[in-house]
Amino acid sequence: MIAQQLINGLVSGAVYALFALGFTLVFGVQKLLNLAHGGVFMAGAFIAYYAVVSGVPFWAAAILGTLGAGLISVLIEIVAFRPLRARGQAEFAAIVASIGVDLILVSIAQRVSDTKVLKFPFGTFPIEFYRFWGLRISLLQIMILAIVAVLLAALVFYLKKTTFGRQVRAVAINEKAAALLGVNAKAVYFQTFFISGALAGIAGVLIGLSFNSIQFLMGEPYMLRAFVVVVIGGLGSIPGAVFASLMLGVMQTLSVAYLPNGVSEMIIFALLFVVLLFWPNGLFGGAGLSAGVGRR
Amino acid sequence: MKLSVRGLAASYDGIKALRGVDIDVGDAEMVALIGANGAGKSTLLNSLSGFVRQRSGEIRFEGQDIGRLDPHAISRRGLLHVPEGRQMLSDMTVLENLQVGVLARGNRTSAWDERKVFDLFPVLEERKDLAAATLSGGQQQMLAIGRALMGGPRLLLLDEPSLGLSPLITDQVFEVLETLNREGLAILLVEQNAQRALAATSRAYVMERGTIVAQGPSAELASNASVIEHYLGG
Ligand SMILES: Nc1ncnc2c1ncn2[C@@H]1O[C@H](COP(=O)(O)OP(=O)(O)OP(=O)(O)O)[C@@H](O)[C@H]1O
Ligand SMILES: [Mg+2]
Repeated sequence: MIAQQLINGLVSGAVYALFALGFTLVFGVQKLLNLAHGGVFMAGAFIAYYAVVSGVPFWAAAILGTLGAGLISVLIEIVAFRPLRARGQAEFAAIVASIGVDLILVSIAQRVSDTKVLKFPFGTFPIEFYRFWGLRISLLQIMILAIVAVLLAALVFYLKKTTFGRQVRAVAINEKAAALLGVNAKAVYFQTFFISGALAGIAGVLIGLSFNSIQFLMGEPYMLRAFVVVVIGGLGSIPGAVFASLMLGVMQTLSVAYLPNGVSEMIIFALLFVVLLFWPNGLFGGAGLSAGVGRR
Repeated sequence: MKLSVRGLAASYDGIKALRGVDIDVGDAEMVALIGANGAGKSTLLNSLSGFVRQRSGEIRFEGQDIGRLDPHAISRRGLLHVPEGRQMLSDMTVLENLQVGVLARGNRTSAWDERKVFDLFPVLEERKDLAAATLSGGQQQMLAIGRALMGGPRLLLLDEPSLGLSPLITDQVFEVLETLNREGLAILLVEQNAQRALAATSRAYVMERGTIVAQGPSAELASNASVIEHYLGG
């Protein structure tokens, strides 16, 4: 039974990781907190939902949701972050501006959905279960784990092994040095915002499908958890975000299964407090650099 | 003419740092720019490479006006700036720093590659898999120059390359610069170490409070009484 809860926990942790990776990537490269990330996540789910109900096959709708969220994220960079950066001292202003963008996305979604909870039509994704060693795992859970594993590997490969990735890391380390060497920081920001938004978008689609519930406020709890995850993992650290996400997913599932109602959130934030007390830079505070994103 | 600058003025939030500077660098020329602390030497180089944006005047590189280009676009044309403080990509390895440098080449072709840079600075090859942050000051300066060479420079701007280096390493760096120039590379060299700079170059400018106050063949400036008094510790 514990093993079953562990698997369920890992699956939800894997989705947290998708969400948190995008958030931490933007922070690592730009040193700006994009609090509209939850809104982008929700937008990904909405786009996929409306695509499915207008007859698009699920897999294509999921891709639309992913790309759409990526484009929305790029738009946020253009209209909100870039002008602030041009004036310098963007750290605080970016937080306020991105909260504003989040409110805009949320109110659009509220209008569009008429404040209702949306559900993918029955049969959107086959409900099938597999059993091995006494464990039950659904086709959806397997797909989620596979998607997260592939995207994570692709992200690490992109950052570590490609010329584009080297440019992203160069901008993260020292924007002036990068520009001197011919790196176009604007293009790098475009790419990181697109990747960040696309990861949030696919996370939104997968969450919408897992809980079969899509609504305009769905981003908020995830934003809060992403905060916990990236702070525990170390802001800007990819391995840190993955580790902390999986840990959070497992702890949450276990405490919901075995502890009284409502204790789960308490434990998570108590944990955040303890980690900050002993590791103010997060568990992987220094590792973010070797992972390729993160500034000095 | 490789570079020609006319009436360049620049300011930081209204405070003037350059007040009408005229400078030329010939096609395969090595030119020195000397001047006291705060004279505006770094501001001039940062204006040429596009980082200082509050400015007026004309900057022509290989005949073309580059005044409105972004820093990365200027680098990609082959105007490469090795900045004050070296600006390492500190968490990346020596080799990765060189690989990022290739980008400035754009669509131009260049004979420079890792092999040639390592031949020029053998110590970089020994350290190629170490983080740039672990290098000594002299090695970082070599990496900063090597990284610029990877971009196939057509004009190299150097800001105080000898700063913080031992006399021995300074010799080594200057020797490399003179070799590069002999092979045809145009260089604009900013130095506090006026003696070295004048000895290594054919022509020089002297800058004071944002303007050029003297210019001429380096050998002549080196024997000019006022230059000796102010810059050569005479
Ligand atoms: N980023 C900046 N913001 C405001 N003022 C600046 C800035 N950089 C330089 N200045 C000012 O502009 C003037 C010229 O500085 P600059 O760094 O160009 O001189 P420099 O000749 O390179 O000096 P040094 O030999 O010390 O490197 C100085 O008065 C300096 O205080
Ligand atoms: Mg200077």
